[in-house]
Amino acid sequence: MKNDLNMDSRRSFIIKLLGIFGGIVTIIISIPVIGVFLEPLARKKPETWRSVGNIDKFKTGETVLVDFPNSSSLPWTGTVSKTASWLRRVSDTQFIAFSVHCTHLGCPVHWLPDAEIFLCPCHGGVFNKDGSYAAGPPPKNLSQYPVRIEKNEVQILASPIPITTL
Amino acid sequence: MKTLRKIWKWFDDRTGTTEAINPLADHLVPPDANWLYVFGSATLFCFILQVVTGLALAFLYQPSTGTAYESLKYITYQAHFGHFLRGIHYFGASAMILLVGIHMIRVYLMAAFKYPREMSWISGSILLVLTVTMGFTGQLLRWDSNGVWSAIVGAEQAGRIPFLGKAVARIFLGGETITGLTVSRFFSIHVFLIPAMLFALIGLHLYLVIRNGISEPPKTGKKVEPANYRKWYQDMLRDKGVPFWPDAGWRDLAFGVLVIFVIVILSLVVGAPEIGKPPDPSDIYANPRPDWYFMWIFALFALMPREIESVAIAFSPVILGIVLILLPLLNNKGERSPLRRPWAIAIVTIIVTMVASFWYIGQKSPWSPAFQTKPLSQEVIGNVSTNATNGGDLFYKKACIYCHAVSGYGGKRGPDLTYVGSRLTSEQITIKIVNGGGNMPSFGASLTGKDLNDLTAFLLTRKK
Repeated sequence: MKNDLNMDSRRSFIIKLLGIFGGIVTIIISIPVIGVFLEPLARKKPETWRSVGNIDKFKTGETVLVDFPNSSSLPWTGTVSKTASWLRRVSDTQFIAFSVHCTHLGCPVHWLPDAEIFLCPCHGGVFNKDGSYAAGPPPKNLSQYPVRIEKNEVQILASPIPITTL
Repeated sequence: MKTLRKIWKWFDDRTGTTEAINPLADHLVPPDANWLYVFGSATLFCFILQVVTGLALAFLYQPSTGTAYESLKYITYQAHFGHFLRGIHYFGASAMILLVGIHMIRVYLMAAFKYPREMSWISGSILLVLTVTMGFTGQLLRWDSNGVWSAIVGAEQAGRIPFLGKAVARIFLGGETITGLTVSRFFSIHVFLIPAMLFALIGLHLYLVIRNGISEPPKTGKKVEPANYRKWYQDMLRDKGVPFWPDAGWRDLAFGVLVIFVIVILSLVVGAPEIGKPPDPSDIYANPRPDWYFMWIFALFALMPREIESVAIAFSPVILGIVLILLPLLNNKGERSPLRRPWAIAIVTIIVTMVASFWYIGQKSPWSPAFQTKPLSQEVIGNVSTNATNGGDLFYKKACIYCHAVSGYGGKRGPDLTYVGSRLTSEQITIKIVNGGGNMPSFGASLTGKDLNDLTAFLLTRKK
């Protein structure tokens, strides 16, 4: 009788031990698997200055489309690594680089130079020439990227796609 | 023949195939199950079709951000059977979403989710979400210009989730922008992760049908009483039940075969959806549109009041999820017949009408600016003053025409201005142009005084 009890407690001890080991192994395997899924969160926020042309190319008061490689391109990304910005030369020294993404749902806005508005093809959002909200569903103004002038080159800080949050 | 039979006997003896399948085929089902019971099994047929054609497409597809588009062109225009396979996979997906919807409506109207089948409803609701996610990720994997922009639109929607929005958007895109990891991520989700979940949940969903039995067609006045339902159901089966195969199953087979036949015909006649422009996020002259099954949501986004939209995007999926899970839990006994549950009929009618109307208007999307419109012809402008003629030109140049139509030319976002001169005075027109309002921006700052006068002069000539 006493032996049986011993057997029982030994067995349950070994099963518990196996449970613990099994659990540890499961966790060790889960970390990289879930980790790869969540890895984009751990990556450093990609930001790179990209030249988009000589300063003389841009006329004061005009808004033009410029494209440049985005900030997180990998060797096999191809044309998909390109991104764009509506670049407005406000004065001799001041530029504004608008994100092309409508703040409603991210569709690419069109600049209409004569009407001086940005118009979104998806749901008809409208922004003024300074990027401020004008009409339609967008919840806020167009986002902007930082711009600088380096050795007469206009450079835009290629940054993450602006995500509109609640 | 004899040898074959011998081999089969040996195989059957060692594997127990008949022993396993016969009880399933012979299990008793209610005698009056009818043609309304075929939509679930037809969805399963479509799922198998999707697995098989998806497998074949995966042999050809290159799941990489840089090459996916080229491989899709290869599949469509060069690979043997590629175009046909894409067609089946597309129409199979469409059929699956449609059939899931019809199956769900049938189950809801007949209250088949009541005791003891609550878990069938809950697992089915999760299957619905997974099926729709497959549709969305599948559309993205086409990876043309539309695919890229759909990915961004998807990320923006994820962004509205409270607190976690940005993080979820980033996990969704595989980075802060569209990156080299975006397509492989969608591919892995579409081809491994969700199908694995689908297999598991379909397994559960089917096991529950065997465990709890097919719900008998509801009879008015016959209430579900959890205390004695199971016993009543077993007695009913014992007295009147018929074997699933072939008495009930033949309908499932017949309808399933018909559905697949229609899918094959559609893929041969209509074919796979066209591939759009190359995936280049710097090419902004794109016109992102979802596949048909999301068209109603696309319309909803255009028409929802601006003030509530972000909140609605963030919380409506959560509310919908809670409602779907609570429905069978709070409402698991009593009347099943739709005739005694008028609210059920009303709810289904409202939802179906709503989705259908949003879908219809989404097809037309009158809120989208008509960018392709040409300047108004002299014929349309007519023989009017010099100022008004100039106004007619400005009507195009100043982008009025993208949202307003004149004599059938132009967009549908704003009111048709063909006869605006009979409706509004000069002052009213001027005030509207300068101030805008509603969905119209103010043009006061971008028009000179003369332009404004000319434009008004032109609009005043638009009379009945």
